[in-house]
Amino acid sequence: MTPELLAARRIVRRGQVLTLLGLLAAAGVYALALLYTPVEVRQGPAQKIFYIHAPAAWGALVAFAVVGLVSILYLWLKDERLDLFAASSAEVGIAFSLVMLTTGPIWGKTVWGTWWTWDARLTLTLFLFFLFVGYLALRAAVQDHGERARFSAVVGIMGLVLVPFIHLSVYLFRTLHPQPVLLKPSAPSMPPEMLRALLSGMAAFTLLYIGFVVLRYGLARLDNLREGAGDAL
Amino acid sequence: MAEFLRIAWVIAAKDIRLELRSRTALLSAIVFSALVLVVFNFARDPTAIAAVDLAPSVLWVTFAFGAVIALNRAFYVERENAALDGILLAPVPRSALYVGKLLANLAFVGVVEAVALPLFVLFFNVGIGHALGGILGVTALATLGFVAVGTIFSAMVVRTRFAELMLPVLLLPFMVPPLVGAVQVTAKLLAGRPLSEMMGWLRLLTLYDIGFVTLCILIFPAVVDE
Repeated sequence: MTPELLAARRIVRRGQVLTLLGLLAAAGVYALALLYTPVEVRQGPAQKIFYIHAPAAWGALVAFAVVGLVSILYLWLKDERLDLFAASSAEVGIAFSLVMLTTGPIWGKTVWGTWWTWDARLTLTLFLFFLFVGYLALRAAVQDHGERARFSAVVGIMGLVLVPFIHLSVYLFRTLHPQPVLLKPSAPSMPPEMLRALLSGMAAFTLLYIGFVVLRYGLARLDNLREGAGDAL
Repeated sequence: MAEFLRIAWVIAAKDIRLELRSRTALLSAIVFSALVLVVFNFARDPTAIAAVDLAPSVLWVTFAFGAVIALNRAFYVERENAALDGILLAPVPRSALYVGKLLANLAFVGVVEAVALPLFVLFFNVGIGHALGGILGVTALATLGFVAVGTIFSAMVVRTRFAELMLPVLLLPFMVPPLVGAVQVTAKLLAGRPLSEMMGWLRLLTLYDIGFVTLCILIFPAVVDE
């Protein structure tokens, strides 16, 4: 057993533990949301989906920012591990975006009466999803490892610059989405029980994100070692 | 700076000369754009929707598709006989190579647009005479932005499998801000609205151009350097 193999296995094991903790935390949050948060006056129980939807959106945004920032670091330091880490983050980001894009319309249909609307934040997150897909599609289509790393880093950085432009361009249309309830100048417009559930949901999804990424990153390292061993034979 | 521009111009002139001699890619892109316009004509109910209401979106979707087709060829010619490696051996700044490719691509996409615009007027019977200057201006502004991004992507996708498919998948999300802006401004121009209503969009288009042209010049060496 080489030291690299041992290191990769250790990362996988750490990822498994973190993922398990994240899943337990998420389960705890849903118990909290279903049992202890008040039922919203106008939306009824449908509003409970909020405690999955918003944390998933948060996770997708974090994943996206990590891809962009790690891509900058990669072009600077040219360390292959950074590239694998960015790719892992993008894959987890796709999963979180899908959760967000599935729960969103379900909530929207009950509350707004429509599955989809071209509101600023919906459009933005849809494009985050498309950018993740393009990023991973490009990775799959390049064979050489160094080239794959450089190309995907370029796309990651360009995506990071694109996001404010998409936001700006869609913002010039009117928006149906609820206005920010958390990060705004005045106090959060939400009962403390709801706020507590939301914040713990975000904490749980952050933990879950870290667990998934570490796990995926460990597996990518193992995969690389296996490919290297195949070449050596 | 003069040397930088001279190198960029040499690259651009080489591409333009090559295209003028073969003409295949340019002609295909023009015919493709004409076909998109024809298809659009059948995609609407002429009794229900006036041509002028649909005109800005038809025009810009045609421009966008034509541009993607034209951009596909940009680095394709460099793949044969490893021509790109030959250029990279020359002791010139990589960013000058990018600017040269960008200029050539702007010329191609410009030609495609210059043919598509009169065809659009002809097919859809939309009078654009009163807004021609504005339309040309916003076309230049929006085209510069997405061709800048498309040039760098086309340098990457030629090294991949399914290059022709990969370019639109990567590029279309990046085309959204310039396209949305261009459609909005075109609609307002055709309706004869005052300039103040378009300022927000024009500012967005200008910012996009400055931001992405700078970023692409800075980041292009990472695409071609091993």
